[in-house]
Amino acid sequence: MCDTCGCNVTSGNQHLVQPGGALSHTSDGSVAIEVLTNLLSENDKIAAHNRQHFDAQGVLVMNLMSSPGSGKTALLEVMAQQLKGRLKIAVIEGDLETENDAQRIRQQGVQAIQIVTGTACHLDAHMVHTELHKMDLKDIDVVFIENVGNLVCPASFDLGHHINVALLSVTEGDDKPEKYPVMFRAADQVVISKTDLLPYLEDFSPDKAILHIRELANDAPVLQVSVKNAESVEAWIDWVISEVAMQKQRLLDGVDIKTKTQSDGVLLHEHG
Amino acid sequence: MHELSVCLALIDQVEKVAQSHHATSVDLVVLQIGPLSGVEASLLKHAFPLAVAGTLAEKSVLEIELLSIKVHCMSCGKDSDAVINRLVCGHCGDYKTQLISGDELLLKRVGLVGIEEAENQGVAHV
Repeated sequence: MCDTCGCNVTSGNQHLVQPGGALSHTSDGSVAIEVLTNLLSENDKIAAHNRQHFDAQGVLVMNLMSSPGSGKTALLEVMAQQLKGRLKIAVIEGDLETENDAQRIRQQGVQAIQIVTGTACHLDAHMVHTELHKMDLKDIDVVFIENVGNLVCPASFDLGHHINVALLSVTEGDDKPEKYPVMFRAADQVVISKTDLLPYLEDFSPDKAILHIRELANDAPVLQVSVKNAESVEAWIDWVISEVAMQKQRLLDGVDIKTKTQSDGVLLHEHG
Repeated sequence: MHELSVCLALIDQVEKVAQSHHATSVDLVVLQIGPLSGVEASLLKHAFPLAVAGTLAEKSVLEIELLSIKVHCMSCGKDSDAVINRLVCGHCGDYKTQLISGDELLLKRVGLVGIEEAENQGVAHV
């Protein structure tokens, strides 16, 4: 937000902050001003700017979120190998340190930018915005933003992407959606990864994991993928291709989509 | 984990509201937080003194209103209370529900000091 244009004043709260508005005086002489804006509205504004940029280029953007080590980079690597010209992808990598993941992606002939967050446990819209203009999005169909491995914080920040994908590897346990509801409630697609290990993990039930996701009122499709099984990776690629087609149609129809990370509380909810 | 960065964004907003009203300081900050916002109120309270240091809100009091989770069932049409990891309908058990409340992360109200003096001065100049 800026100091001059008053863009923190929305149509919903304008009447409260204008002179003569409903300013209630407190006993000690200070004046209480009703604000009712989302605390992350500055991030959301940059995110909307990022999304406009992606939409202008006709690019679909997916935010990959999961615990560290669930196989996000491996999925992108194998995907790049199997794509065979069907889609052109680019990747933004987020990690606390190292350029390792971007290097792995580049080795597959895919454009990759690394964001090193230092101590920050999540990517935010500002970080993505800084890198955005370094990317050549011409002819790109999908940008994957591989978020910092963390099942908590990334879910709260809109980056300007269109779709949230949450990965859950079978070694993590099938109750992760129950333990990290904010993340799994926000997912538009869940990938249960490393399913080649299922024979060794009697405790992990994909059905139970799906049940926990449904209990979060989330009917997102759930794919079971092993990067060692080309057929399962094909199912993931098919889903991505169908989402790209849907996004191109939405852009033609002038329909905006945004992710479930943002709280539209101000507009949706009424609080006294 | 990200409560300090949320808190810094909060103080940024509070200062802008204060500046737009020509307030000399802020004595009260009221937030509304729902469990599904992903922000922990107790951690936010710990981060608040760090974030306000050297700002107009340095001596302000932070009040957090915790909101409960409520869902509306798309199947039976009823509203019910829910818990963070079980957002199904409390009446019929269906998972096709919409969240009515519980994901808020809102700056609700700020208490501004010194507004009246500034406004009076404005009137005197006219």
